[in-house]
Amino acid sequence: MEWLANFWATYSTLVYSVGVFALMALSIWLTLACGLLSLANAAFMCIGAYVSALLSLHAGWPFGATLAAAGAAPALVALVIGMPTLRLSGVYLAMATLAFGEVVRIVVLNLEVTGGPEGLNGIPQSTTGWHILAILAVVVYGLLRLQRSRVGRAFEAIREDEVAASLMGINVARHKLFAFVLGAVIAGLAGGLNAHYTFFISPREYGFENAVDILTMVVLGGIGGLAGPMLGAAIITLLPELLRSLHEFRGIVNGLILVLVVLFLPKGIWDPRRLRALFGLGPGRDPGC
Amino acid sequence: MFTQQLLNALTLGSVYALFALGFTLVFGVLAVINLSHGAVFMVGSYAALTLVTRLHLPLGIALPAAMALSGCLGMAIDVLILKPLRARNAPHLIPMIATIGVAIMLSSAAQGIFGAEILRFPEGTIPAGEFTLGEVHVRALELSIVGISFGLMAVLFLAIRRTQLGRALRAIAESPRSASLLGINVEGLFHATSFVAAALGGVAGVLIGLNFNAITPLMGQPILHKGIAVIILGGMGDIRGALLAGLFLGFAEVMSKAYLSSQMGDAVAFGLLFLILLVRPSGLFGRVLERKA
Repeated sequence: MEWLANFWATYSTLVYSVGVFALMALSIWLTLACGLLSLANAAFMCIGAYVSALLSLHAGWPFGATLAAAGAAPALVALVIGMPTLRLSGVYLAMATLAFGEVVRIVVLNLEVTGGPEGLNGIPQSTTGWHILAILAVVVYGLLRLQRSRVGRAFEAIREDEVAASLMGINVARHKLFAFVLGAVIAGLAGGLNAHYTFFISPREYGFENAVDILTMVVLGGIGGLAGPMLGAAIITLLPELLRSLHEFRGIVNGLILVLVVLFLPKGIWDPRRLRALFGLGPGRDPGC
Repeated sequence: MFTQQLLNALTLGSVYALFALGFTLVFGVLAVINLSHGAVFMVGSYAALTLVTRLHLPLGIALPAAMALSGCLGMAIDVLILKPLRARNAPHLIPMIATIGVAIMLSSAAQGIFGAEILRFPEGTIPAGEFTLGEVHVRALELSIVGISFGLMAVLFLAIRRTQLGRALRAIAESPRSASLLGINVEGLFHATSFVAAALGGVAGVLIGLNFNAITPLMGQPILHKGIAVIILGGMGDIRGALLAGLFLGFAEVMSKAYLSSQMGDAVAFGLLFLILLVRPSGLFGRVLERKA
């Protein structure tokens, strides 16, 4: 079992990252499920990470309490900025949330208490694999229940046609806000977990590139269900490691894979219907097409 | 001092406008947020550098050549990637992600070929003349940058306002389907737009590379963010707006660096952007362009 211990010593951070980014992918998936294209989730992760790290470092809160704060703080922010922002739709919403993300990043970069560009150092490493697994399991279970609930069906109706949904008596604004805030809670939790195993956080980890990375995970994996975003998170997190032997050219392969998936697998990698067809179980075609 | 800063702002702002013009053109005509525009900008700058150092071409030839090269690159991206996605009628998020893949490929290719370190134009290739006008110190380089930027933008403006091609482009921006029913070769113009936009991006890359005399594989990232800010501020797809907003951003950046802290200036800019989007989603100068097809 020595190789396992070695493996774990080298790669445990990587495995943790897969879990945390699976949470991030699920948080964006949730907003997308309600038809919102939001790029603010990296900023919510940032808020969660900094709030929990500061509480651990300066206030000496226990890990559980800092995690709760990591979920609550971004939720409050999302509530405040969500009310005016969610009136925008499509590309405009994406741009507004992107601008909000940049504001958060630059403010964190310049505040005294957040350590500026150097970030925060020496955060206690309280996160274990079990914490991540447990929170991931709770989130997945919660989202599965949500999908099958009245609220989940309302999300789907809003995504398909907002006007029709509101004519059916669905309160569109309130449902959108709920999806946005819940997404922020999940992203904040991911940030809190992330801060407590990497030992060190800096504003560089929560910029525009990261917001786009997380979105890419969801599209790559597939937005049809919960498995897709998690698979996408695993692939995007692990791919640079797997391609390490290609040295500086690994980015080319990385980008190429992204382009090829978008071109040839329109519904993402995890597409249950296509997989069933591949293994000869049942019809593979869309019945409607 | 202030007039000196004004000149710096004009130089930077004109290049921002040039870069954002290509960006907004692609959004207006193809309805795609092309996140590879920053990488094309970087490729243009490396292309000019290679032509100058390896083939010993003068800058006057290397600049148009780099422009044509980046234009071809833009067209290749359109033909190979965006066209199949259009044919499939993919939602607008999808082409955006494909262009992210392209940007990753291009910047790591540049890093693999040229290395990650900062490269500079060899001495003597950059126009070195300078003169003093009152208390303002003017470099010939700055003058040529402003001249080239405004010249190219004027050509583009006239082409879009006055020519048959420009009318066809504006028709496509309103509705590609009606345009194609009117007998406009929509696919051909999509390719042409991609060429022109990428060529403008490539020139902007060369000009920024010359102005700061520093070329790196990741130089496209910061300008991409600024391009996004400019096209929001100016109204997405609005060409006149991109020009005004580009100049405005250059002005805001230079002035905040000169008179405020250099970093918080960016936060003010993006905060302002956020507010503008809430009050006027179509941008300061834009009108709401709803695509009906």
